[in-house]
Amino acid sequence: MLFTSYEFVAFICLAFLLYYLVPKKAQWALLLLASYGFYAFSGLSNLIFIVSTTLVTWGVGLWVSKIRRASESYLAIHKEDLTKEEKKAYKAKEKKKSFSVLCLGLAVGFGILAVIKYTGFALSNVNSILGTFGVEQKLSIPDFILPLGISFYIFQSMGYLIDVYRGRAEAEKNIAKFALFVSFFPQLIQGPISRHSDLAPQLYGEHSFNGSAFFSGLQRMAWGYFKKLVIADRILVGMKTILGDTAEYRGAWALLLILAYSVEIYADFTGGIDITIGIAECFGIKLKENFNHPFTSKSTKEYWNRWHITMGSWFTDYIFYPLSVCRPMQSISKKSRKLFGNAIGKRIPVYIATIVTWFLTGLWHGAAWNFIVWGLLNCLVILVSQELEPLYQKFRKAFPRLSSSKPYGAFMAARTFLLMGFIRSLDCYRDVPTTFSMWLSVFTVGNYGELFSGKMAEVGFDAANVIIIVLATATVCLVNALLVKKGCDLRQSLADKPFLSYSLFALVIVAIIIFGAYGAGYDASDFIYGQF
Amino acid sequence: MEELLEILGELHPDVDFETTDGLIDDGILDSLDMVTLITEINERLDVSIPPEEIIPENFNSADALWALIEKLDEI
Amino acid sequence: MKKKIIAAVCAVLLAAVLLFATHLLVMPKYIENPEGRLVGEYYSQAGDNDVLFLGDCEVYESFVPAVLWEKYGISSYVRGSSQQLIWQSYYLLEEMMEKETPKAVVFNVYAMKYGEPQNEAYNRMTLDGMKWSSSKVGAINASMTEDESLVDYVFPILRFHSRISQLTADDFKYFLGAPEVSDSGYLMQTAVRPMTTTRTGDDLFDYNLPSVSFEYLDKMRELCEKKGAELILIKAPTNHWKFWWYDEWDKQISDYADESGLDYINFIPLCEEIGIDWSQDTYDEGMHLNVSGAEKLTDYFGKMLSEKYAVPDRRGESELSSAWQTRVDKYYERKNTEK
Repeated sequence: MLFTSYEFVAFICLAFLLYYLVPKKAQWALLLLASYGFYAFSGLSNLIFIVSTTLVTWGVGLWVSKIRRASESYLAIHKEDLTKEEKKAYKAKEKKKSFSVLCLGLAVGFGILAVIKYTGFALSNVNSILGTFGVEQKLSIPDFILPLGISFYIFQSMGYLIDVYRGRAEAEKNIAKFALFVSFFPQLIQGPISRHSDLAPQLYGEHSFNGSAFFSGLQRMAWGYFKKLVIADRILVGMKTILGDTAEYRGAWALLLILAYSVEIYADFTGGIDITIGIAECFGIKLKENFNHPFTSKSTKEYWNRWHITMGSWFTDYIFYPLSVCRPMQSISKKSRKLFGNAIGKRIPVYIATIVTWFLTGLWHGAAWNFIVWGLLNCLVILVSQELEPLYQKFRKAFPRLSSSKPYGAFMAARTFLLMGFIRSLDCYRDVPTTFSMWLSVFTVGNYGELFSGKMAEVGFDAANVIIIVLATATVCLVNALLVKKGCDLRQSLADKPFLSYSLFALVIVAIIIFGAYGAGYDASDFIYGQF
Repeated sequence: MEELLEILGELHPDVDFETTDGLIDDGILDSLDMVTLITEINERLDVSIPPEEIIPENFNSADALWALIEKLDEI
Repeated sequence: MKKKIIAAVCAVLLAAVLLFATHLLVMPKYIENPEGRLVGEYYSQAGDNDVLFLGDCEVYESFVPAVLWEKYGISSYVRGSSQQLIWQSYYLLEEMMEKETPKAVVFNVYAMKYGEPQNEAYNRMTLDGMKWSSSKVGAINASMTEDESLVDYVFPILRFHSRISQLTADDFKYFLGAPEVSDSGYLMQTAVRPMTTTRTGDDLFDYNLPSVSFEYLDKMRELCEKKGAELILIKAPTNHWKFWWYDEWDKQISDYADESGLDYINFIPLCEEIGIDWSQDTYDEGMHLNVSGAEKLTDYFGKMLSEKYAVPDRRGESELSSAWQTRVDKYYERKNTEK
């Protein structure tokens, strides 16, 4: 079910109603029912994957927890009669045991994801390699349809396992409750990726109906729908035309695409997350924010702290840090410091960890080379910026007033926006060489006059459409500026002005109905992350 | 604690780690530093800092870091 | 708390007003293609019609109720629309039969060649004009193409909101309504473009008319029986290859008519007798009749209705007479201005 479908609107109204009618103790059960119902709608056969992931993760989580608790109680009992070394050795042995069990769970979880998502990609690469060696027989490539949300719920479950291993999360004994954690429907389409210790207590807790909190959630949902339907889906119409003919639409059109896509994915992704968080809010559940004014970022590093935050922190906590401080890495670091000196030596673990993390981040986005290249390019920019940091510091020391001035800040934000926009366009063109040639054409093909001709209307960016997009985007920028300035929840400050807040809400709904790019005359489009 | 201050001093000689906090929040220590720090602490203090402890609260000041090390060392 | 309720009510009213105004603005006015207005114009003449015509463009451009009244005192309405499909004809009939007790129901059988939903735009032109009733719901459900949904008909703004960026002067001019385009459902065409082609229809792969069409024909027949109306099947006169009436289809209809005891009149071979001159009486090269052709055909058929089917002459009724006089006057006014 798309968020932007009549079925979903009916579904969510029913879910809200039932949630506050059933006894509070059963609210989590209703959410489980709703989540599985939502999931089944996407295809009954897909259920097998989420069910098996749930079962395995639940089982492994309990096992790991059991080992841990046994170890703790053993140490507590023998606190006095063991030496420090003996205790350390015992602890290490038990940790190794639970680590093996953890790895079993991770292997199954990531294994399911790998097989379904990446088999086709892996095999087609093998075929290419075979082809270069002149091998005729090619492997047949299976065509798996990605089950809804698999990239999200597997990551969320694996994060849970690792947290249990680390003692950061309590293993869940109730399998039905755990099933809800894995399948909580608002998160299935595009996250956010939650941590068990944050989400679980809220998910299983009892929630009384609170009118203003519920309305607050509705406001957030409405805002999300506004961004998605009025801005994102409207831009998509023109984008599709430009992408459909890369020979025709180069140069200025490529730049237009880059800018349009930046706005489109912002509106689509943050809009979808607004709907997700809004829905959860209506259930009395607070999900973590996934965006924090990303286009105000002055550097790529900052951007990745503001964009798709829960994915970034997942990769940092579960891939980057473990990888960079694990024993093998530490010994590599030691050896390379001996061989190449401190400067290079201390960089090696960080570089390796960063490159691997970004490679995996790219791969997570999709089973195709353009995603991997996207990840590695982001990585390149970050590492280069890191290396240039001493230079930047010198610049800031030499020109303190300039470097802290607003125009310079704006310049840095614009530069970051464009850089991220260019790299991100790999998502659109899908083919890496094509994308590179498009980037080049931006600077070499001087057809900027075409943008002011009737061709814009042909593409789908006629005057009326552009006006609506611009006005809607300006509204979003205004609201964002207010959110940044006020530093507090905009909805809170409206809470005691019912005439204003209810009327604004009504206006947003009206705007969605009138200016939303849905129905005949536009193409329905999935959220871009829908099949992750 | 002295050993820790020594390790920190080797990373950034110009910073007074006894009195400074906000080491993470103010960007004094970056991820390169973190990784080196953890490696050194593991080698010289024989305390291995697990990844889940790599959070700003534990690294924002020398005192916080020392408290973490003591906690991990104790069984 | 009270403040909140009042604020909520105000907000809802605000939304309702804005949405309603937008609805009026974006609903197609069908000024360029007036056939979209036909179905809705019925309600100004609902009730007390002795003959009801149903069908597609062949019906609403061929029969002139003003002439039926003027020459024979017959009160009639042409409830036709563009590409009106048989199930739409059935449901329109069902709707009208709630209030009407006609002596005859005349159905043009050309649409029977369509057994499946065809085209969203034509659906809209036929269905949006209907007032809400169980018949309208039935018609919508039977007509919807794959991409359509009932919600879009209940709230047409959901379908037509995209027109907000394509508004024309007409949308503002006719915001609150437009003058009637038809004369009791007859859409007047005054141009003359003679028929030049003698080409016949292309061969078909399958000449069987869809069985679902006969199912609906049965329903129409049963409904007419129940209401004591005579169902007359007709085929309007067209000789153009684009609207070719195949002998095979003709046979299937006349077989059905024989079996069911209905009358079936194919006007195509009667064109000479009626006096239709394809160089004068058509506005689109032989696909449809213009006003001169329609008047001839109506005169001919009116005689049949009056004599054979005993549809009463009601010129003696004063109220009905004066209502019809107004309509007849409008008809001639339109005829004179459009010339």
